[in-house]
Amino acid sequence: MIRFEHVFKRYPGSHEALSDLSLHVRAGEMSFLTGHSGAGKSTLLKLIALIERPTRGQVIVNGQNTARVSRRKIPAYRRRIGMVFQDHKQLQDRTVFDNVSLPLLVAGIGHREAGRRVRAALDQVGLLGKEKLAPVQLSTGEQQRVGIARAVVSKPDILIADEPTGNLDPDLSVEIMELFQRFNEVGVTIVIASHDHQLVERLGMRRLELEHGRLAAGY
Amino acid sequence: MARRKNRPIRKTRTGESKPARRNKASSQSEKRNNPLGSYLLRHLQNFLGTLGRICRHPVSSLMTMSVIGIALALPAALYVVVENGRAIVGGWDSVADLSVYLDRQVSAEAADELARALRDEDGVAATKVIYADEALEQFRELSGFGGAVDGLTENPLPHLVVVRPRPNLAPQAIEALGTAISGRPGVDVVQMDTEWVSRFQGLLDIVRRGVALAALVLAVGVILIVGNTIRLDIENRRDEIEVSKLIGASDVFIRRPFLYSGFWYGLGGGAIALLIVFGGMWLLRGPVQRVAGLYGSDFTLSGLHFPAALAVLAGGAVLGWLGSWFASTRHLRQIEPGQDL
Repeated sequence: MIRFEHVFKRYPGSHEALSDLSLHVRAGEMSFLTGHSGAGKSTLLKLIALIERPTRGQVIVNGQNTARVSRRKIPAYRRRIGMVFQDHKQLQDRTVFDNVSLPLLVAGIGHREAGRRVRAALDQVGLLGKEKLAPVQLSTGEQQRVGIARAVVSKPDILIADEPTGNLDPDLSVEIMELFQRFNEVGVTIVIASHDHQLVERLGMRRLELEHGRLAAGY
Repeated sequence: MARRKNRPIRKTRTGESKPARRNKASSQSEKRNNPLGSYLLRHLQNFLGTLGRICRHPVSSLMTMSVIGIALALPAALYVVVENGRAIVGGWDSVADLSVYLDRQVSAEAADELARALRDEDGVAATKVIYADEALEQFRELSGFGGAVDGLTENPLPHLVVVRPRPNLAPQAIEALGTAISGRPGVDVVQMDTEWVSRFQGLLDIVRRGVALAALVLAVGVILIVGNTIRLDIENRRDEIEVSKLIGASDVFIRRPFLYSGFWYGLGGGAIALLIVFGGMWLLRGPVQRVAGLYGSDFTLSGLHFPAALAVLAGGAVLGWLGSWFASTRHLRQIEPGQDL
């Protein structure tokens, strides 16, 4: 599903964020991306989301070589990838419902169908009934659930998350991870960057440990 | 693929009756898999949504619209001035009248005949004979020399044929007409004041060209004003734009509300321009009528008629749209998400 082949990424005037990285995440797999900060976790996710492009090497997502996705085609490409962020990236001036329905609006999905899907997604993250609230009225954990609902509402093949539990206490973190697991159970390929080794260890999922821009020994 | 066998589970989980629409299909083209209705609906939503957004910030929106309004009011007001100037010249057809004085010995019947003949002449709209007796009578009444006139033993005035050229006849043509008439037998002298007409028309031409030039410059001004407003608007909504880009919004999708905002700014500016012009006219109408009255004219100031008013509104809207198109196309491209991911 996600394949990196000898990928190098160097930011202008900076060190090499990824260096000769090759890895393969199979369809339906859930894996954790670990490593200390600066190891290249975020860069790896950015390459998947086409926020950055590799300096060298190939990134193949869902059978598509990202190098061949032109700038104009990026929106359509991104609609097939759900993204969850540490800071949720919610639009504060809109309701929970509007935030979650944004990807459907963008994809041009009809009003009624969108409403049904948004409620289904909110139901899955346990926030049905809070759809009319503003994001600020929710707790941090709930806000992250809204972020997850938004990421899955358009039924992406791939879900990527960058430190989704970075701002949460351990109990909430476990809840959020379990939520990811449930989506994984229905076939979504998931890559989560996290520096919370303990939590990752406990979940017993595949770990991809990055070290200085490449896979650490043993992974 | 693992996805396939998992899909039925998904369907039951989300409780959907219809098969899940694949996102692969929607990735092809935004428009194609959209029924026209939903496409129009999205435009309508933007149309009203941007209006709502503008109404929520009344002071700053009104300020932007006022600047646009003032810029649009200038050419509109100049246009009114030119149109009224044209009406003044048009109303004073008599300015171009030729006075054809006949020789004293020419009889009244011969004068009538000449008038008839001249009427058929090219470029002549009408002719009128003022007989010597009539003229003397008028002179006696109007000049204040009644007593002196009474002392005359015979009428010193000749018959006069007033020739009115067709309206819009060029000054040179009027001149040529006069020369031709003066060559006819029985004609003593032809009097005309084409110089004044040609000066006035020349002046009007300059003003008209000036209006066009001012309109052009101010149109560019409006585009820049709207462009700048939209640029700030984009800057203020940077987060929203970044998020939208991250979840796969196309440039067209993100740009749409800004285009509609520009449209509303322009339309509002056009409306304010009309208010300014009509307000100015309302203030000027009284004094103008008084002055016209002093000149013995029944001239009244005419305003922007309906098509012109509509043109001001439409022009504002189009320029607003253009300005926001330039600004949003340029600045939305510069916002790329994920630098802080």
